[in-house]
Amino acid sequence: MVSGMIVLEGVELRRGGRVIVGPISLSLGGAGITMMMGPNGAGKTTLLRALHGLERVSAGQIRWAGNGQALRERQAFVFQTPILMRRSVLDSIAYPLRLQGVTRGEARDRAEACAGQVGLRVNLKKDAGDLSGGEKQKLALARALILEPVLLFLDEPCANLDGRSTREIEEILTRIRAGGTRIVMSTHDIGQARRLADDVVFLHDGKLVEQAPSAAFFDAPQSKQAHAYLQGDIVI
Amino acid sequence: MNDILQGLARAAKLVVTLDADLVEITALSLQVSLGAAAIGSAIGLPLGAWLAINRFPARRTVIALLNALMGLPPVVVGLIVYVLFSRSGPLGVFGLLFTPTAMVIAQVIIITPIIASIAHQAIRELWADYHDLLISLKANRRQRIGTLLWDGRRALMTASLAGFGRGIGEVGAIMIVGGNIDHATRVLTTAIALETGKGQFDMALALGFVLIGLAIAVNLALHFLSRTERGSRW
Repeated sequence: MVSGMIVLEGVELRRGGRVIVGPISLSLGGAGITMMMGPNGAGKTTLLRALHGLERVSAGQIRWAGNGQALRERQAFVFQTPILMRRSVLDSIAYPLRLQGVTRGEARDRAEACAGQVGLRVNLKKDAGDLSGGEKQKLALARALILEPVLLFLDEPCANLDGRSTREIEEILTRIRAGGTRIVMSTHDIGQARRLADDVVFLHDGKLVEQAPSAAFFDAPQSKQAHAYLQGDIVI
Repeated sequence: MNDILQGLARAAKLVVTLDADLVEITALSLQVSLGAAAIGSAIGLPLGAWLAINRFPARRTVIALLNALMGLPPVVVGLIVYVLFSRSGPLGVFGLLFTPTAMVIAQVIIITPIIASIAHQAIRELWADYHDLLISLKANRRQRIGTLLWDGRRALMTASLAGFGRGIGEVGAIMIVGGNIDHATRVLTTAIALETGKGQFDMALALGFVLIGLAIAVNLALHFLSRTERGSRW
């Protein structure tokens, strides 16, 4: 289990003079699955991307405390829409290893094993673009997992997937969480959040509205926005 | 019409009998333009990729300039290379004027902007797709360019072929720097110009048909090779 901590202090992201996220101050513990929730445009994706270093933070800072250096160095990100390379399935999964200088043969062997771990049972020689939606997301997951990240970000990994694919992805996430990988993800699916989350970060309009352990959040949300959201009301 | 038919017949005869002069001229044409396309690609493809993924102050200007250079007049390029490599020129000591090497140099100058510009367009689109992934995986600049060039290889082959096409059909620059010397620097296009000047239209047409056939053959060969490498859509 990783004992690191991610601490956000007054983190703010501005685009074109407009504040789109923040200021947000919160701290994430070293284990489990943190679920970012909130309506569209709440800033879930932007905040995840900022944590991963894909977005420039305009003000405030992100600190990696404790065992944070490992959290910082060994991260992976699964995008909402899988980014497919113009390569075979096998070479797509092996790609991060190739960047690390692993030889082609070994990278392919490990990619094959990794595809098996996420249950990607297709002809690995075929082009990544020919996969179905669920298979594409599994490919993205395998590609993210192949470097054995300590911290895994997922941005709505099950959006646009059917129930069966969603369940398979959730099983994989539960398994790697048990293996000690820290997971920070976003979702629109309240059921999924209930099934997976250890704690919940609820965002609204770029601001942190509520952060609570999963059980407390779903049983008794403190803020009226979270309450309305969980009721299924439309929160604007 | 009669001239064209005669030209076709003559072309067929030259090709079938493997006329020694024709073979020599054709081989030199291929050698010069394939060489120029190879060198132009070695420079232009990474340059196009580099321009697509880097942001620097003069970027727009450089790209606009590159696009403008696609229309570089070959005669002027030939003239400048001629002046540079002439006996009294700054590069005269190399004694390259009226050699195939000088012809390759002139063609490289003409076709590199074309290859770089087309490569830039193709790579820019691919980079938009790959951007987040490559940043997330912390690929360094060299790895990014390498990945984009490899995954964009089909589009880049088109860029190289466009460069080759421009080179093989080009006459202004190689005429000036090569001099159209028989058994030394005569290529298909300069030979056509010469035969036309002499009024030998059937011979000129025959060479013209060989030239067109050659350009088509090289394109087909490359497309065939790349498709057998992998039966994919890109």
